[in-house]
Amino acid sequence: MAQAHLDLSQVGISFTRGGKTTEVLRDVNLKLDRGEFVSIIGHSGCGKSTVLNIVAGLLKASTGCVLLDGKEVSAPGPERAVVFQNHSLLPWLTVRENVALAVDKVLAGKKSRAERAAWVEHNLALVNMVHAAEKRPNEISGGMKQRVGIARALAMEPTVLLMDEPFGALDALTRAHLQDQLMEIQLRLRNTVIMITHDVDEAVLLSDRIVMMTNGPSATIGEILPVPLARPRRRLELVEDQTYVHCRAEVLEFLYARHARPALAA
Amino acid sequence: MAATSATLGTAARDAASVKSRRLPRVTGRDLRALGARVIPPLVVLAAFLLFWEVACSRPTAGLPPPSRVLSEAWPIISDPFFDNGGTDKGLFWHILASLQRVALGFALAVVAGVMLGTLVGQSEWAMRGLDPVFQVLRTIPPLAWLPLSLAAFRDGQPSAIFVIFITSIWPIIINTAVGIRNIPQDYRNVAAVIRLNPLEFFWKIMLPSAAPYIFTGLRIGVGLSWLAIVAAEMLIGGVGIGFFIWDAWNSSHISEIIVALVYVGVIGFILDRLVAAAGSLVTRGTSAA
Repeated sequence: MAQAHLDLSQVGISFTRGGKTTEVLRDVNLKLDRGEFVSIIGHSGCGKSTVLNIVAGLLKASTGCVLLDGKEVSAPGPERAVVFQNHSLLPWLTVRENVALAVDKVLAGKKSRAERAAWVEHNLALVNMVHAAEKRPNEISGGMKQRVGIARALAMEPTVLLMDEPFGALDALTRAHLQDQLMEIQLRLRNTVIMITHDVDEAVLLSDRIVMMTNGPSATIGEILPVPLARPRRRLELVEDQTYVHCRAEVLEFLYARHARPALAA
Repeated sequence: MAATSATLGTAARDAASVKSRRLPRVTGRDLRALGARVIPPLVVLAAFLLFWEVACSRPTAGLPPPSRVLSEAWPIISDPFFDNGGTDKGLFWHILASLQRVALGFALAVVAGVMLGTLVGQSEWAMRGLDPVFQVLRTIPPLAWLPLSLAAFRDGQPSAIFVIFITSIWPIIINTAVGIRNIPQDYRNVAAVIRLNPLEFFWKIMLPSAAPYIFTGLRIGVGLSWLAIVAAEMLIGGVGIGFFIWDAWNSSHISEIIVALVYVGVIGFILDRLVAAAGSLVTRGTSAA
């Protein structure tokens, strides 16, 4: 069997605080193919963001390892660009400067100054943010900030795009709009994506596979559900689609029947 | 038909009102707002001068009333630019000399303070080692450093500059360190993902992110250095506003002292506002993050 594009094997992590060690994750095994869109879903506190941070290199796994194209991931890097939950734009830079900061650093050796400037514009255009390029983050809406965050991540030409609840802080309408945009971009660029979410519809709509996590401590992957829906997907058509309804039911069943949040179950 | 004309009528009226609202740049409301800001301080100032005039009007009063200050010190008020050689110069030259010392000492303090503050803010060990030392040193009154620096430099000029430096550096260090420690983890994550090197991280993330804190330190620092320079110059002599005040005291020119004090106050106020303005210019957007 060919080597997996992204390979998490036996990944576990423990934190020690005040002499007490808590095992947050154990035995996480996941293989991704190139161009695959995988969502990780689970109750809050189950360590799904921790998985993402380990892949990003922002956290170090206590056990196991993450291989990207056969190379071990040990530190953060632009080939694993992150779209942060709270957008993480630098408030003293304009929208364009925020994207340019990443582009100028990451692609310094690969593209000329003019090419980099054009690449920044190209990525802003990809998320429809050219009109606000001169604005600062505090002058634009939450949805716009997240679009800039996505543009910044895509502009790094990542092999894997990591998204940490990218639309979690947005209202439902804006979220739907951005999901559509993301699907459109994904159709064109064919990035490998790992997305953390707590939204069942979002997971089913966007993913090729949904990774469902059990509750912590010592959380791990409970089940992996393939979503065999053809692309492009249209949210209106899917509402009545049998496969969609079935996948949605599977995830809901996992989250609320088999692995209900302990606090709620009690 | 009637509806159309009604709509047109409204549109025309709207246009007219927009025009009438736009044409006069200064409206009555603007003037009232300006008056509300300017009148109270003027009233207080006038009341203060009147009280002073009355209180010091007796011939036996220790201090001259404002009217006599004005008449006695008129030569130095009317011509701040004269230069008769030596220390017999106009107020402008004295203030300029003091400002130069402050500028040099403060500039050194900014560079050293931001660097030390970054070190202390960034490294847990540097903080544990240096913070207690800073906390003790910063309580030493500025003038207490003067004899030591005179002994070390054997000259008034560098000693005065050193006193400014050592006075203004502590708030800069402490505020910079707090600013650096408060850099959100998000910004550090972004820097890690795009792999900024430490120097790039310093210029592109640390400084802008800590800028609001740093400028708070700079404002306190510049105020302290202006406080210290006047006292230091009284002791070291030479040209400078502090020396001018001491010299006037020795010659019993009380009116000249009062004029000099007004200048010192106004310049200190301007320095504070300049640093504050520079701060709000540089940290545009950051504070509202």
